[in-house]
Amino acid sequence: MSLRRVLGGAAPALFANDAKTWRCRASDLAYRVVVGSLAGLGLLILVAPVVIVLLTSFTPSRSIKFPPSGLSLQWYQLLFDPVRSSQIHRAALNSLMVAVVAMACATALATLASVALARRSGTWPRAVDTLFMSPLILPMLAFGLAALMYFTFLGFRPSLALIMIGHIVVVAPFVLRTTSASMSQLDPALLETSASLGAGWLYTFRRVTLPVIAPGIAAGAFLAFIASLDNVPVSLFLAGPRSDMLPIRMWGMMESALDVRVAAVSGVLIAIVLVLMLVMERLVGLTRRLRD
Amino acid sequence: MRRPRLAEWQLALPLALAYAAFFLVPLVLLIAVSAFDDEKITIVGFAQWRKFLGDPFTWKVIVDTVKLGCFTVVATALVAYPIALVYLGAGPRWQRAILFVVILPLLTSVVVRTFAWIVILGREGVINQAVLWLGLAPAPLRLLQTEHGLVIALTQIEMPLLLLPLLSVMSRLDPSLRDASAGLGATRWRTLFRVTLPLSLPGLVAGCMLVFASSTTAFISQFVIGGNRLVYLPLLIWQQSLVVYNWPLAAAAALTLLVSVGLGVAAISALGRRSRAYAV
Repeated sequence: MSLRRVLGGAAPALFANDAKTWRCRASDLAYRVVVGSLAGLGLLILVAPVVIVLLTSFTPSRSIKFPPSGLSLQWYQLLFDPVRSSQIHRAALNSLMVAVVAMACATALATLASVALARRSGTWPRAVDTLFMSPLILPMLAFGLAALMYFTFLGFRPSLALIMIGHIVVVAPFVLRTTSASMSQLDPALLETSASLGAGWLYTFRRVTLPVIAPGIAAGAFLAFIASLDNVPVSLFLAGPRSDMLPIRMWGMMESALDVRVAAVSGVLIAIVLVLMLVMERLVGLTRRLRD
Repeated sequence: MRRPRLAEWQLALPLALAYAAFFLVPLVLLIAVSAFDDEKITIVGFAQWRKFLGDPFTWKVIVDTVKLGCFTVVATALVAYPIALVYLGAGPRWQRAILFVVILPLLTSVVVRTFAWIVILGREGVINQAVLWLGLAPAPLRLLQTEHGLVIALTQIEMPLLLLPLLSVMSRLDPSLRDASAGLGATRWRTLFRVTLPLSLPGLVAGCMLVFASSTTAFISQFVIGGNRLVYLPLLIWQQSLVVYNWPLAAAAALTLLVSVGLGVAAISALGRRSRAYAV
């Protein structure tokens, strides 16, 4: 009787419990498998193309085939040949010049703007901030076309200077974002202390504000540089025959007969980005800044 | 106190002026140009718009462009969200590794990434070599110039844009909430759908908006991988402006793209807000 009661009471509960943990474990396993495999696939999709391009650039054959049948530096040799690749060199030089100027101007303008807009709430500052950030979400292609029409109506011919102006507009938001994030970490008490001790505005800016926000500015400048170097939609409309840009030239090399030098250019670009990224990581903690 | 504040406010002026002169005025001009009937831009009228929007082909292109954006958003979110979950559960070393892997493609040129997908999806590409070697198909599959291929490529090209805002929100979540959920007997799935997902929704929505906006306007990727068999609005804009030199029509197409992207982004944002209301 007592035994039966014990069994009758406990056994179902015991079994139920067992079934429940089993189900728990199965669902736990399913969770791990589903999330793990999707994440694995995602990471593979992210990384594989970069690795594949690097390996392809060492191919000895005249067509693009993966895996390459051997290793050779012939495409890099051809790419660095000053005569046979002179067009690519000029395009790369143009892109570099535009990127440096666009970065410098965008950094200066956006840093000033972010100092002005920091900790300011109200309709106008919010509206201005939205305006400054809008190139990030607005179709850049539409802006590129608009800029082409605008400059044509003003009577300008395509030139590097016009591309620089176009790039400044579209890369400024990158600087604004990282610098504003640093500005929000600046303790206003520091500024008040500095002012109450008799420091002028400029002195306070140089000695208090700037040291705090410098890493944010540097990270933003780096992003602006990369964004300008990569820019297609604005360069597409503003580049002329005498102001060829690297991404546009690479597009041309992929279009007709696939030119394997594209792989070599890609290899060089990936290497440059890798080095710059490691340097910026060391200097300003780039990855953390991008995440936050 | 009044004077330095005034001076500080004026520091935004240089950028504001630059934006007014080189961003707002050109966009207004774009609207103005679309309201001309002829290619020489002399006759004001809306015949161009009527012709553009009355053409069924235009609507097919608009629908295809929006569809491409939607497919890319879904495909990207499907693999990016699990990456964020793995990131959340990983130790600091793995977190740094994942972050590196996410940012490296972001910083490599879009043209390079597009080129990579030609190598992968081409007739002699990685996937076809594998398929033939495994004997899964008798002949190379056609992956370039198909919508599937384009969506797969755009998934990689746009994924960092979704992951960065998502990881940013995820890393600020309070881990004790997940522990509490598990401690109260919730399965991992339940914790995911009732705790983590609702709390990380702002990051997911922000990322999806960026992916939608970027994939619908990714001209080079669309053109090089999709070929000219798949026509999207950016191709139309490029053809009309730089090949045919019909600027009013190009302006109309550009404004259509602008409105489509704007509506799509607003829809994603509204969807995010609604699902948030349901989840809580």
